[in-house]
Amino acid sequence: MDQLDKQLMNLLQKGFPISERPFKDVAATLNSTEQEVISRVQAMLDSGLLTRFGPMFDAACWGGDFTLVAMEVPDDRFEAVNEIVNGFEQIAHNYQRTHRLNMWFVIGTETSNEIFEVIKNIEQATGLPVFNMPKEHEFFVGLYLPA
Amino acid sequence: MTTNTISALERQYIVLTQGGLPVCAKPYHWVAEQLDMSVDDVLTMTIDLKARGVIRRIAAVPNHYKLGYQFNGMTTWDVCDDRALEFGKKVGDLPFVSHCYLRPRHLPQWNYNLFAMVHGRNEQEIKQYQHQINELLSEVLQTHQGPANDILTSTRILKKTGLRLTSTK
Repeated sequence: MDQLDKQLMNLLQKGFPISERPFKDVAATLNSTEQEVISRVQAMLDSGLLTRFGPMFDAACWGGDFTLVAMEVPDDRFEAVNEIVNGFEQIAHNYQRTHRLNMWFVIGTETSNEIFEVIKNIEQATGLPVFNMPKEHEFFVGLYLPA
Repeated sequence: MTTNTISALERQYIVLTQGGLPVCAKPYHWVAEQLDMSVDDVLTMTIDLKARGVIRRIAAVPNHYKLGYQFNGMTTWDVCDDRALEFGKKVGDLPFVSHCYLRPRHLPQWNYNLFAMVHGRNEQEIKQYQHQINELLSEVLQTHQGPANDILTSTRILKKTGLRLTSTK
């Protein structure tokens, strides 16, 4: 990554203009050209330095719902339970974490009622309790990682 | 957010762009063509979706790992309820915190109500952040139902597909 790549990455993490020629606007602030900026961004997407480029939507706004849940899974059943949980298409992210509650995942659904159905189905399929931890208040979502 | 409802056209916009915008000179013109709208209408709709909070932001997302931010920790805190909103905001304002939420406790298995995700380039950085949050929260942390705080690191990604709106339903 050279200086322009770093500047672009830092700028584009914060936001992309909503205009007819947004890359031209970006280029103007960096003393570059529209074509140069476009090829740099495409190269960073191709190399995997950038994983996504575009609008980030709040799932709750389209009438859907999501929640974070945790389970305490016995070590000797971990792989089997993992397979059951990941088999539900409503599971978006799933992480093994360092705690007695060792499996943490996000359930995302298009309706609120579906959350409870998925939880009930996972509890039935695994025989283990699922601890539902929906957000009660959000203080900040966003991450700025200086390159 | 002023409204939770989205129009049929807005739904089409989400389905079209949730995978990303094309990297070309006129990305919003591309959206306009796909949705059979004028580019002015697309720009207006985009500004409106953003104002309503349906679009959180339009941006590039870097790969944490490739930028050297290989360590993340979910710090969790048992904050007394009547101070949680006030102090949650303070934690959320810290630059190294990416997500900060209040969530319900599940006693006795889980006594923490404040979650703050931190990211760093090494383990010491994460510990340092945990320490900084601990200082900030010192007067409102409680220990009568378990430890005052913990940090959960992820040892394995088991699934990562992201939330998607399907076009069929």
